[in-house]
Amino acid sequence: MIYLDNAATTVYKPPCVAEAVVNAMGNLGNSGRGVHGTSLTASRVIYDTRAALASLFNAPSPARVAFTSNSTEALNTAILGLFTAGDHVISTDLEHNSVLRPLYLLQQQGVAVDFIHADTQGQIHYEDFEKLLRPNTRAIVCTHASNLTGDTLDIAWIGKFAHEHGLLFIVDASQTAGALPIDMVAMSIDVLCFTGHKSLMGPQGTGGLCVAEGVEIRPLKSGGTGVQTYLPHQPAEMPTHLEAGTLNGHGIAGLGAALDFINSVGIETIHSHEMSLMQRFYEGVRNLEGVTIYGDFTRDRAPIVTLNIGDIPSGEVADILSGEFSIATRAGAHCAPRLHTALGTVEQGAVRFSFGYYNTIEDVDAAIAAVRSIAL
Amino acid sequence: MREQQLRTVVTFHTTAEAMALEQICKHRGIGGKLISAPRQLSADCGIAWCAPVEETAAIRAAIEESVLEIDRIHEIMLYV
Repeated sequence: MIYLDNAATTVYKPPCVAEAVVNAMGNLGNSGRGVHGTSLTASRVIYDTRAALASLFNAPSPARVAFTSNSTEALNTAILGLFTAGDHVISTDLEHNSVLRPLYLLQQQGVAVDFIHADTQGQIHYEDFEKLLRPNTRAIVCTHASNLTGDTLDIAWIGKFAHEHGLLFIVDASQTAGALPIDMVAMSIDVLCFTGHKSLMGPQGTGGLCVAEGVEIRPLKSGGTGVQTYLPHQPAEMPTHLEAGTLNGHGIAGLGAALDFINSVGIETIHSHEMSLMQRFYEGVRNLEGVTIYGDFTRDRAPIVTLNIGDIPSGEVADILSGEFSIATRAGAHCAPRLHTALGTVEQGAVRFSFGYYNTIEDVDAAIAAVRSIAL
Repeated sequence: MREQQLRTVVTFHTTAEAMALEQICKHRGIGGKLISAPRQLSADCGIAWCAPVEETAAIRAAIEESVLEIDRIHEIMLYV
């Protein structure tokens, strides 16, 4: 199988990840639940992973990294935990439902939400941020890169704009954590939400949010923490403030191993490899008759090429790629309803090819040949 | 260019329903496979069960006898 659905999850991961999970399952107790060896081993593994994430994203400290089960939980924690009725939030048409649905929920609770519209090419216009500002605007919530087209937003520009206007800046890094350099300080990010199982190449069920100093988020969950047992509410201190219940220590151990691997290879090296594969595929299919490609390939981006072939429904193209060519892609709406609407692809959907560190030139060439065969 | 063929397609409300029908059909020896939910039926994504139209009666009986919740059974032209 040629796996080109890395934007959904990476299937092929460094071998050290599975080894770390298996090792953890035989050795880790419950973090923060005692000082016997296995509990402490869990606490140490989890802390080391916090520290690696803080270093990777230039978060203030390991304590400001809270683990969740994925990006969606991290985004829900941030979006539902920062705003109240009467606030106003700005987002964009490029967002995934993991941002949109919590925002729509906020709307029902009296929070006003405006979206920067994408044009028919899927691009936003940065001057629109100024136009949407209101006296009660509290924050900008946006993705670093569209999971549909791979187009990046200039989050350094947006972060600077947010802070110049006294706004919080919340970033969905689901498609970019591990794939592109992210620096919370340089990019003025207040809350960075990430998942562990995509470009970070860790296990599913891992993710989290990095929170800047001074940003107070109401917890999404309350419960056992192993500390401050007689306190009737969730402890105020990070990261425990946002972590109730037993953490996914086994998965986090795997994520820690993945981070070690990424640090040993280097994000720039990984990004360069993935971009070269993406570019090769793009050049190989862009001039095929009947092929329509979405997104801007003149800028740095996430390693995604999304296309349609004639008027063939995208799901059928993906099923042909899978059934006849053993190529895994993702068709449909990609949980990105607003951007599909902007692109005019609601009816047909689109087929997304997303490249990862373990893909090869041979994978790309086989995918080009398959698209050509279907298009003919 | 590829030719379309008439297919029986079962759509579902949840992925769990689709998994259940796949198991039931497999158990009963009913032909078919899971496909992406056809866009002409719904733009909401998800997966569907696709089978030769000759299997329609068997699928319908399997669903009824298993008291399986599904969305609908369709007959449509598909490339797959």
